[in-house]
Amino acid sequence: MPAATAKSAYFTGIRDGLPFILVAGPFAMLFGVVATEAGLTFAQAMGFSVVVVAGASQFAALQLMVEDAAIALVLLAALAVNLRMAMYSASLVPYLGAAPFWQRALVAYVNFDHAYIAAMARYEARPEMTPVARSAYFLGVATPLVPAWFGMTAAGALVGTAIPPEYAIDFALPITFLAMVGPMLRTVAHMAAAFVSMVVGLALIALPSGLGLLIAAGCAMAVGAAVETWMERAS
Amino acid sequence: MSYATTEIWLIIIALGIGTYLIRLSFLGLIGDRPLPPLVLKLLRYTPVAVLPAMVAPLVLWPQATGGVPDPVRLMAAVMSLLVGYWTKNVLWAVGAGVVTLYAGLALTGQL
Repeated sequence: MPAATAKSAYFTGIRDGLPFILVAGPFAMLFGVVATEAGLTFAQAMGFSVVVVAGASQFAALQLMVEDAAIALVLLAALAVNLRMAMYSASLVPYLGAAPFWQRALVAYVNFDHAYIAAMARYEARPEMTPVARSAYFLGVATPLVPAWFGMTAAGALVGTAIPPEYAIDFALPITFLAMVGPMLRTVAHMAAAFVSMVVGLALIALPSGLGLLIAAGCAMAVGAAVETWMERAS
Repeated sequence: MSYATTEIWLIIIALGIGTYLIRLSFLGLIGDRPLPPLVLKLLRYTPVAVLPAMVAPLVLWPQATGGVPDPVRLMAAVMSLLVGYWTKNVLWAVGAGVVTLYAGLALTGQL
């Protein structure tokens, strides 16, 4: 496999990853602000963003720490929020399984939502990509995002004062994720899966955080696969 | 918050290790071995199966409004999804959502 292909895939990844700074940046900054306001030191707030690198679970852990929950409960809840990433990990196997282990180990560190979704969209659009080009693309997308995640957490922790709530930064995450879902709704099966995910997710809102999400995702994947099978038979 | 410093670092490090192992799990263990076709078919729907369930409660019952549904946020969410679907372009979709959100907040005197 020519080195040039991996290199260009890496740079294409960087180009595709750059715009996500606009949406991941404010989210990281908000974490820095909330973490220091909750009583964490600058180093601890940074520790979260550097060691964990998973926004939603960082907020979940912080929320429970503010409530002085037992340490085991903090860990369980935050890890449950991240269990979706086991599914991400599994769904990357067909694309990246043949890449060298060190590349897969690196991809695992930066396998957060934005990079994962951007990469999956690229892999599906370009089936001819080699495993090495695919992991180069993934790491490319993450290259501008990871420093932005660290830097904006630091900025938020240093600014310290709350971003006024009227700026509605809480809504950066839903808008980003819905904007990513839109282009994925290519087939009836994808639409059915997304619809089931939404309905079951809302119905199970009372379950502990993360658990309802997992059940909803499981149901939605089954429906997506079933509709795909049914459409194949019908055609 | 009343944890000792070591307890806070214990949480951070344990959460970091746990999250990394979750992310590495299948990718690290299975590697190049082929997955059964049914499993592949299920995995194709992972992103569309996870994200709507994660986002829907945040859209319907936003924390910022104390869990009260907010028509402005709802509109912004719908616009992001629709523009994303039509244009197949994530950035246009984010732009549409942000513009709708701020225009709505300004029009309803919340900004």
